[in-house]
Amino acid sequence: MQAVLLIDFGSTYTKVTIVDLDTEEILGTARAGTTIETNIMDGLNKALAQIPEPSGGWNFVRKLACSSAAGGLKMMASGLVKELTAEAARRAALGAGARLLEVFSYELTARDLEKIIAAKPDIFLLAGGTDGGNKEILLKNAELLSTLPISLPVVVAGNKAAAVQAADLLRQRHAPVIVADNVMPDLGVLAVDSARMAIRDIFLSHIVHAKGLDKAEEFLEQIMMPTPAAVLSAAELLAEGSGSERGLGELMIVDVGGATTDVHSVAKGDPSKPSVTLKGLPEPFAKRTVEGDLGMRYSSEALVEASGRRLYDYLGWTDEQVASQLRLFKENPWRIPQTEEEAKFDAAMGRMAVGLAVDRHVGTIEVIYTPFGATYVQHGKDLTPLPVVIGTGGVLLHHPNALEILKGSLFDSAEPTLLKPQKPRFYLDKDYILAAMGLLREVAPQAALRMMKKYVVEL
Amino acid sequence: MKQKTLVLGVIGSDVHAVGNRILDYAFTHAGFRVINIGVLATQEEFINAAIETNADVLMVSSLYGHGEMDCRGLREKCQEKGIGDILMYVGGNLVVGKQDFESVKERFLAMGFNRVYPPGTMPEVPIKDLREDLGISEE
Repeated sequence: MQAVLLIDFGSTYTKVTIVDLDTEEILGTARAGTTIETNIMDGLNKALAQIPEPSGGWNFVRKLACSSAAGGLKMMASGLVKELTAEAARRAALGAGARLLEVFSYELTARDLEKIIAAKPDIFLLAGGTDGGNKEILLKNAELLSTLPISLPVVVAGNKAAAVQAADLLRQRHAPVIVADNVMPDLGVLAVDSARMAIRDIFLSHIVHAKGLDKAEEFLEQIMMPTPAAVLSAAELLAEGSGSERGLGELMIVDVGGATTDVHSVAKGDPSKPSVTLKGLPEPFAKRTVEGDLGMRYSSEALVEASGRRLYDYLGWTDEQVASQLRLFKENPWRIPQTEEEAKFDAAMGRMAVGLAVDRHVGTIEVIYTPFGATYVQHGKDLTPLPVVIGTGGVLLHHPNALEILKGSLFDSAEPTLLKPQKPRFYLDKDYILAAMGLLREVAPQAALRMMKKYVVEL
Repeated sequence: MKQKTLVLGVIGSDVHAVGNRILDYAFTHAGFRVINIGVLATQEEFINAAIETNADVLMVSSLYGHGEMDCRGLREKCQEKGIGDILMYVGGNLVVGKQDFESVKERFLAMGFNRVYPPGTMPEVPIKDLREDLGISEE
């Protein structure tokens, strides 16, 4: 037996997965409350204790972890134009697995600086200007950031002609300051990999320690990445395959949580029909979006508000019924539905969260009438031909009707401009192993891929 | 001397892509850094591209006759976005029908364009004007 221990220190739960690399089977999974206030190891040991130990005890060949504990990897970012370098910075941070608090554009204002001080992000990503383009913004914002009363890790990923000088300005106040490649080296070109690597380096070298997670590192080998980065990595592996082992092809993963709904797509998203013009910033092949207002518990009120009419039409409930259900969740976010009606509400909320999160993730198509007839303009990814949609996250896994919830991701002929999947196959990550497999990919990619193909089941 | 940057695009609901490629080639060949935002370009795309790339000139094409509507307000938006002094050139079939070019030119100059070109203009003409307006001596 070659047992590997994979741990996800989540914001609420510490989840452990033990796999055997020889048989490529899951030996056990368990979870316990994350104990960041006391000692992170307490929760881990409590979870581990739930998995029956073999005679002779565990002898783990590898012990790897990811973390979104202690608030996750909190980031803020800035760029020049909102739709251009600021958007590129947003995508770089999300792709690195960050919990992105805010993205600023143009010159940072006094109010922006106050927000930064109040939020005290784990990392600030400073972008702005294409290479050979605007230099002033990077220097000006670096200068403004250097007046802050707090020190932050900063990644500079703007105009290369100004990046080094900006980093020097920042170092007067902040540490570490890392210069990465420009997130937008040329107009309409997105190059987020270098910034993502820099963010991950800082996460490994500084954030793990700052959050008190290094207590676990005495026991573990390393906390390798933020949890969302592990999930995105698993998604890439499952889609693309590894060596001779084939993947599932282009896919989407929807993670419905209590506070947020994450959507990952690993797909090119090129136009699926002829004579469509692509506009806007190109999208990353592996794209992650996070919807902070779409969650089943902590953000349930915001979710009801965002769903509007759709929820009421789907449920057929009155305002008062919805309000009283929301009160129950407010009193106890961990409430499990007690009656059939409550379960129905839960399913409806899940479906709304999935629907809206996928609406915001996918691209849109717009008809433009020209003197030569209609022409089509696409922004973002066309995911209508996408073959695979995978559900994960506590809400879906513990729900009796996950398929019904996941169907929120389907194309709706009433909203034909949203390019959502039309005829995908649906899968469920029933053992909640995606983050663990993203970790396992680091040491045994083919085994991780085969295990995902075995344990992520079609609905 | 530093290479000068042009933002090139076809404005409005106009999909004429061939001339756009030719101009991209001609201006690049003449030594300019060309940021080509392609067809179906909005005013905002021109302006955002110019801000981010620190461009010197907006090169606006319009071939389908609605140029007058599409270009109106571009100078004012540039002013609002902090690049009010940027050079703006426009050319193509700017209006519908056979109108007297001088009156068309007047209208576009009044809109804040610095140079206005009639249909059939060869790329050499704006290249010469660019060099003059930007103070570049011919290599």
